[in-house]
Amino acid sequence: MLEIKGLAVKLEEEDKQILKGVDLSVEAGKVHAIMGPNGSGKSTLSYVLSGRDGYEVTGGSASLEGEDLLEMDPEERAAAGLFLAFQYPVEIPGVGNMTFLRTALNAQRKARGEEEMSAGDFLKLIRAKAKDLKIDADMLKRPVNVGFSGGEKKRNEILQMAMLEPKMCILDETDSGLDVDAMKLVSEGVNALRSEGRGFLVITHYQRLLDHIKPDVVHIMADGRIVKTGGPELALEVEKNGYADILAEVA
Amino acid sequence: MAAPAAKMDLTEARIATLSMPEGAAWATDARNAALARVREMGLPTRRDEYWRYTDPATLTQASAPRAAIFDDRDEPPVFGDIDKLNIVFVDGVFSPEKSDPLEMAGLEIERLSDVLSTDIHWAKDLYGVRETAGQDPVARPLAALNTAFATDGVVIRATGKAERPVCFIYLHRDETSDATLHHLVKVETGAEVTILEIGPAAARFNKCMEIDVADGAAFHHVRAQGRDHERRAATHMFARVGADALYKSFTLTANGVMTRNEHVIEIVGDNASAHVAGAALGDGASAPFHHDDTVFITHDALNGESRQVYKKVLRNGAEGVFQGKILVKEGAQKTDGYQISQSLLLDEDSSFQAKPELEIYADDVACSHGSTTGAIDEEALFYLRSRGVPTEIATDLLVIAFLAEAIDEIESEALREDIIARLMHWLERRRQG
Repeated sequence: MLEIKGLAVKLEEEDKQILKGVDLSVEAGKVHAIMGPNGSGKSTLSYVLSGRDGYEVTGGSASLEGEDLLEMDPEERAAAGLFLAFQYPVEIPGVGNMTFLRTALNAQRKARGEEEMSAGDFLKLIRAKAKDLKIDADMLKRPVNVGFSGGEKKRNEILQMAMLEPKMCILDETDSGLDVDAMKLVSEGVNALRSEGRGFLVITHYQRLLDHIKPDVVHIMADGRIVKTGGPELALEVEKNGYADILAEVA
Repeated sequence: MAAPAAKMDLTEARIATLSMPEGAAWATDARNAALARVREMGLPTRRDEYWRYTDPATLTQASAPRAAIFDDRDEPPVFGDIDKLNIVFVDGVFSPEKSDPLEMAGLEIERLSDVLSTDIHWAKDLYGVRETAGQDPVARPLAALNTAFATDGVVIRATGKAERPVCFIYLHRDETSDATLHHLVKVETGAEVTILEIGPAAARFNKCMEIDVADGAAFHHVRAQGRDHERRAATHMFARVGADALYKSFTLTANGVMTRNEHVIEIVGDNASAHVAGAALGDGASAPFHHDDTVFITHDALNGESRQVYKKVLRNGAEGVFQGKILVKEGAQKTDGYQISQSLLLDEDSSFQAKPELEIYADDVACSHGSTTGAIDEEALFYLRSRGVPTEIATDLLVIAFLAEAIDEIESEALREDIIARLMHWLERRRQG
């Protein structure tokens, strides 16, 4: 599904190398987790994959189902099936949540040569999905993320994911700013989307999210590289001993 | 103070092209008085304090510069789905054939030329009266010129709650037309009326509206100016707002080589509100775009509230100007005045100039003003794109979001939605080239 080979990335404005050769392969139907200390490059990886400005790829490749992601605009990546759940979802005053989602959904469909979804069908679909995530009608009407609590913003990200049905989902620190109940709700939303045809890359600093979203593979990232890969037990090891032991071991 | 010779020459050259319509003695007196004011002030030039950011030359020159006619016949018209009474002008001439009968419960509607030929008419206390009051402390010679030479217009007196809006439709059919229209709107105690205006009117349009909003009355105004790229317009709205009364005006402007919209509002009764708002969409790609909003709100009563909300989206060298003043007179305690003017510059070629002014002589007031110029929010743009929304559509969504605060000033939901729908349609059409 997602193939990343030797990906090296620096900041566009500064001479600072963030990713120093990341190798990662996420298969359809699997959930991979990336853990790592702050500053290891986890979030940068998610931004570079989704096409955010400000980064320069200095080497390596990234592809989604064989298509070169790095050649595409952010909207093309989205239409190709990539979705990033933001660590800090952006507030957009004046743009209604529903308008936003319907525009996004139909733009993606159009880009893929599919028919646009009617207003009626869209409304039915979003109401059903919103209900599962305990998102009320008022939140759907309000401007995108404006006045939303931390938990509401993250639920809104998962709602978008559920509506857009991407092939490859990247969750960037989705647990940050969530209390236990919100984490449970968000995790249930993500788990409901797990399917054979869909890959997940869950980026997190803490193991606790992985209690709810059980990963198949866990990677440890440090200093711009994947330094260790293992099963779910690797996350428990981090939880118990912190990153220091693992980093010392691979150094 | 006599105007300088060059200004006088310019003024006389313009006056020479116009002829004063005949009418009742009081009307002729009002017109002659207005003409005397024009001669006293002289027509504006770039040297005048309130014309520094807008060059009035093409508004004052003897004849109207040619303006190509914009063909929007294949588009849904503005307010197309709104049940309203249509009053149509073609190049500034009232068209009885195209207009609905001038009848509606709660309203008296007359043609200006008929009114000004009537010996005894209430309009005597309004025609040129608000305009004259609005000449102090800032001269507005184009409005006085209008009073002197206006050829047509509509006179409305609202005695009750009008059941539907009255819509002035200004068609532009002649590439060199030069139109001067003058409307009067008197909203009696407790009455309510909504006036809509759409269309370019002419190659060059000088429009003046004098409005008297009596105690407890409400005046609503929603306007969409014509999209003819080369059209020019200088418009004035002079209003007097009584106690517990409401004055609301919103203008949508897309295209136009030269637009100057002035509001001069005097709040004279306690607990009154005046809201003026504008959303302008300027694209200098097909023709230059220059849009100037000049607003002067005077508070001369207790507990008054006013809002000025102006938003401009500018690209390809488009120019935006805002000059807004709140004057709070001595004794106008508990005044709440708010003014915001913002521009969204979509490139580095476009420009926005703002001149906010507060002048306050009362000590217990809350007045605020702000002006900003900014580019598109890159974070928001990326967020939208990451969800699959192409850059151009994402930009347009953010443009509409930026204009929302101004559009929200329209009280009627149906009118507000119509404006948003037209705006989205125009943006979509622009995207498709």
